[in-house]
Amino acid sequence: MRYGPLAVVLLVAATLGGCNGGVLDPKGPITLAERQILFNATGIMLAIVIPVVIATLGVAFWFRASNERARYRPDFTYSGRIELLIWSIPLMTVLLTGTVAWIGSYDLDPPKPIASSTKPIKVQAVSLDWKWLFIYPEHGIASVNHLTIPVGTPVSFELTSSGVMNSFFVPQLAGQIYTMAGMTTRLNLRADHSGTYRGMSANFSGDGFADMYFNVDAVAPDSFAQWVASARTAGPVLDAQSYAALVKPSKAVVPFTYRSIADGLFAGILAAVSQPTVEGLCVTYPNSMRAER
Amino acid sequence: MSISLLGKLSWDAVPLHEPIIMGTVGGVVVAIVSILSWVTLKGYVPYLWREWLTSVDHKRIGIMYIVLALVMLLRGFADAIMMRTQQAVAAGGAQGFLPPEHFDQIFSAHGTIMIFFVAMPLVIGLMNFVVPLQLGVRDVAFPTMNSISFWLTASGVLLTNLSLAVGEFAKTGWFAYPPLSELQFSPGVGVDYYLWSLQISGIGTLLSGVNFVTTILKMRAPGMSYMRMPVFCWTALASNLLMVAAFPVLTALFAMLLLDRYLGFHFFTVDAGGNAMMYVNLFWVWGHPEVYILVLPAFGIYSEVAATFSEKSLFGYRSMVLATMAICVLSYTVWLHHFFTMGASASVNAFFGITSMIIGVPTGVKVFNWLFTMYGGRVRFTVPVLWTIGFMVSFVFGGLTGVLLALPPVDWQVHNSLFLVAHFHHVIIPGVLFGAMAGYNYWFPKAFGFKLDERWGKAAFWCWFIGFHLAFMPLYVTGLMGMARRLQHYDVLAWQPWLLVAEVGAVVILAGIICQVVQLMVSIRHREELRDTTGDPWNGRTLEWATASPPPAWNFAVQPRVDELDAFWAQKRHAFAKQDLPVQRHEYAPIEMPKNSPTGFVTAFFAVVTGFALIWHIWWMAGFGVLGATATLLAFMFRTEDEVEISAEQVGLFDRAHSVEVSL
Amino acid sequence: MNIAVEVDAVHQGELTNISEAGPASKRIVAGFGFWIFLLSDIVMFSALFATYAVLVKATAGGPTAAQLFDQHNAAMETAFLLLSSYTCGLMSLAVNSRYRLGIFFGAVVTFLLGAAFLNLELREFQGMIAVGAAPQRSAFLSAFFTLVGCHGLHVAVGLAWLVLMMVQLSLRGFQDKVVRRLHCFSLFWHALDIIWVLIFTIVYLMGVLP
Repeated sequence: MRYGPLAVVLLVAATLGGCNGGVLDPKGPITLAERQILFNATGIMLAIVIPVVIATLGVAFWFRASNERARYRPDFTYSGRIELLIWSIPLMTVLLTGTVAWIGSYDLDPPKPIASSTKPIKVQAVSLDWKWLFIYPEHGIASVNHLTIPVGTPVSFELTSSGVMNSFFVPQLAGQIYTMAGMTTRLNLRADHSGTYRGMSANFSGDGFADMYFNVDAVAPDSFAQWVASARTAGPVLDAQSYAALVKPSKAVVPFTYRSIADGLFAGILAAVSQPTVEGLCVTYPNSMRAER
Repeated sequence: MSISLLGKLSWDAVPLHEPIIMGTVGGVVVAIVSILSWVTLKGYVPYLWREWLTSVDHKRIGIMYIVLALVMLLRGFADAIMMRTQQAVAAGGAQGFLPPEHFDQIFSAHGTIMIFFVAMPLVIGLMNFVVPLQLGVRDVAFPTMNSISFWLTASGVLLTNLSLAVGEFAKTGWFAYPPLSELQFSPGVGVDYYLWSLQISGIGTLLSGVNFVTTILKMRAPGMSYMRMPVFCWTALASNLLMVAAFPVLTALFAMLLLDRYLGFHFFTVDAGGNAMMYVNLFWVWGHPEVYILVLPAFGIYSEVAATFSEKSLFGYRSMVLATMAICVLSYTVWLHHFFTMGASASVNAFFGITSMIIGVPTGVKVFNWLFTMYGGRVRFTVPVLWTIGFMVSFVFGGLTGVLLALPPVDWQVHNSLFLVAHFHHVIIPGVLFGAMAGYNYWFPKAFGFKLDERWGKAAFWCWFIGFHLAFMPLYVTGLMGMARRLQHYDVLAWQPWLLVAEVGAVVILAGIICQVVQLMVSIRHREELRDTTGDPWNGRTLEWATASPPPAWNFAVQPRVDELDAFWAQKRHAFAKQDLPVQRHEYAPIEMPKNSPTGFVTAFFAVVTGFALIWHIWWMAGFGVLGATATLLAFMFRTEDEVEISAEQVGLFDRAHSVEVSL
Repeated sequence: MNIAVEVDAVHQGELTNISEAGPASKRIVAGFGFWIFLLSDIVMFSALFATYAVLVKATAGGPTAAQLFDQHNAAMETAFLLLSSYTCGLMSLAVNSRYRLGIFFGAVVTFLLGAAFLNLELREFQGMIAVGAAPQRSAFLSAFFTLVGCHGLHVAVGLAWLVLMMVQLSLRGFQDKVVRRLHCFSLFWHALDIIWVLIFTIVYLMGVLP
């Protein structure tokens, strides 16, 4: 029964232009699972909501004052059976959706590595005013406002911010995660189809916020290797000095790459603003903030 | 650093180079000056001062709250339609007509004004007017404090609106997350305007909470036990308990941000150990109960309207009470769902996701109870009923998207997108605003003695209902397409058609607002035809309909004695059964009513002075403001006369005249 | 309407439930309202406590709690404040008996003890600032100064209120309004004591634990 409304939802979704690029057009395992949860939950809820709306309109119309045929029952103000029903319907629905919430939160937890035969690559992302810096520590390069990743390979992100809070978000590949100064958040994603996907910051960060979008190119692994190689041949060097220049506020930055990166740069960015007694924080909140160097 | 007599204030603070702002400011100044001149020339000032500005009567205060809210609705809506228009045109390479510095202030002001200066005053105003009447008492527990609450809210309104003409408003969004709201990233006065306006009006709200909790728990008509209280009073109780329990958190939070900004503390700064996540947590510990503060009284209004216009008692009264108090308590257990994306562990996210769904259960129960109230009733499709049914069929979909957002994996994909924006408008507009409109139409005759025009009321409803859906359903789509909120411009052309539809929706809502303005004007013009002579225009069930419209200052000539739920309905039934005329009372006693006081108005004046001075770092002026406020409170503390006696004769005269009107 | 009925004077069946007794007396209404306000104040302190707990280790390389706190001083402050609560209680008893001398004496001693508390606290703050442990040094210190300072501010306001109440008592005598306000004052003063016990425990005692 719940697939009827589900079909309606899918139909509507498919007719929407939104079938291209966005939450309804997943290109990786994480977003595929998340979309499934969205559809399932919508279906479950519609199964409740639509009958309620029809009943509301039906009851209001039938029991309109001018309707002679409707029976006026002024003493019908309590019914144990109905009470039982109306408390248990929402409760059971919540039981169902709650289970989905529990399982989904664990399965798709951003820091959870994606099971794969391929070894993941690491990217360190830093949100600045108003652009993104992506450091590839294992490859020794970095890029600004553009992300290139190999298809079929999990990407393991460590994220932070140079200042204000942002949110790293590529709708077709993964859920978003906040970036905060002095703290590291983690995210894992994998692109299963090659293509260009839109990424952005989803947390307002100031005047240049609207231009903080970037493209994510998922390319074949050899193309990726080629890209890394060519990035190493041209472009500036990313060190403390050039980073200091990058930090200065700028908007709508045209993407470019750095041909080499200084050692421990990400750690340095964290340390510039972090709490030295980070261990203390970890002791108090062992499972949550994950503030680490 | 030069120490000037006027702190940071200079002529540069007035944005002379911004035509839109200066045009608006010019218009507002002209309007204010014209109204003030007209009032003065007509000689209304002594009347206004005596009867309204210094009034401690809950009915007058309630009306003033609602007037304030409706005026601010215009400002908040103006912000909304500017945003919609900007987003409708700023596609591809286009930059629109609002530069980022301006656009950022507009969306921040829109949220702040709509929550704090439209929704809160509407709801508080309705509770002010109705609750003492429904409880069968003469006023609230602390009438002068009630006046202070209102005027402090007005101070917040004034300060926020001043920011348009002098300086700027916050550009951080309405929750002002650090580090963006810290001095390092927001060096201007905008965030200070935001913080001081809300800190000042927050005190007013807290005092209101104390007032109403005390009134509802300690001052009810004899015989009115808890389970004989109207449901609106139960929801008012829950809402005010939440005010008492949540607003102090906001006070503490804003104090901390102010200390960071003014004295260089490090609560939420990027350096020296500050923790912005603490702000986010505390903000939403306040923020989630806040939305229940707004929606619970609206639920109460729907309960009253559904019962009255179905000519039937509310179905499942006990269930409704239980559900209300359950929502009250549960609203404290869900706050993390506002930041599932901040990186908490899976167990934490899952826990809060589940609690966020659990809180939907009592709300669902309420919807069913309203449905069964109409079942077996004789439903009259008056304007309040339209708003109620409109609410019931819309709000449940808003709740649906809420359950979706309560699922962390889904939230990670739509958080901070227009999907989220659509969701919360989907619950606030049909939930709170429709409720306030229903309450406004329902209790208007009680407040002013004549009904509102039905035709224009229905037109307003349909414009709002259609306009709301046109304006917000497309936003669900763009949110799913990956459009974040608060974008001043965007490159994805595929979003534009949806945003154009949304713009049309905004225009239809504008038509709805215009209908409401016209409704009021037409009703005033035709007030004699629309007159309510009996005090009971709707065949009501609760005690407020047992007095005249408008009620005398003392509400009831003789304090009513209550024996069952729906006290007034019971009285009417017994009178009918006994074929009695309304009881002829022959003995009236003098009534002591609280004395009017300028304390509220004057304290608020000094609050504005202090707030403005602190914003602009004019320390001597701030000191003067604090001293003035203190002196005013001392004057109140040492006043000798607290009460005014209404003679038995006066009470009798009014009551007998009203009885004649009723029996005619 | 007062529901305190002499049992012998009335039939059992006529005893009303308090919830049906009608509006309570001004004394009860004022006291209850003030209690609700105090509860809201406690919520505000809770937010400050929570912030303190989160930021207590965020010392940014600066002085820590163990390094700064003088338990001896905190014990003295506690003694003064707890004692002042006792004398405030004596003052309340004197109000009930309408015993003027007792009231003024109780008030004076309460005031002096409260002032002594504030004095110790201000000195502590001064000392900390002098060694570079100012609230601007780190998040931990910001949280400490705000939490403890907010309590101190409440104590100062309380002392001012006490003086005003004594002035009003001497000018107006035992009017209902004055007695109600004195009652509210003592509620306030005792509540501050409770908050202090929490501060003493959470900040000073737990602060020096490893």
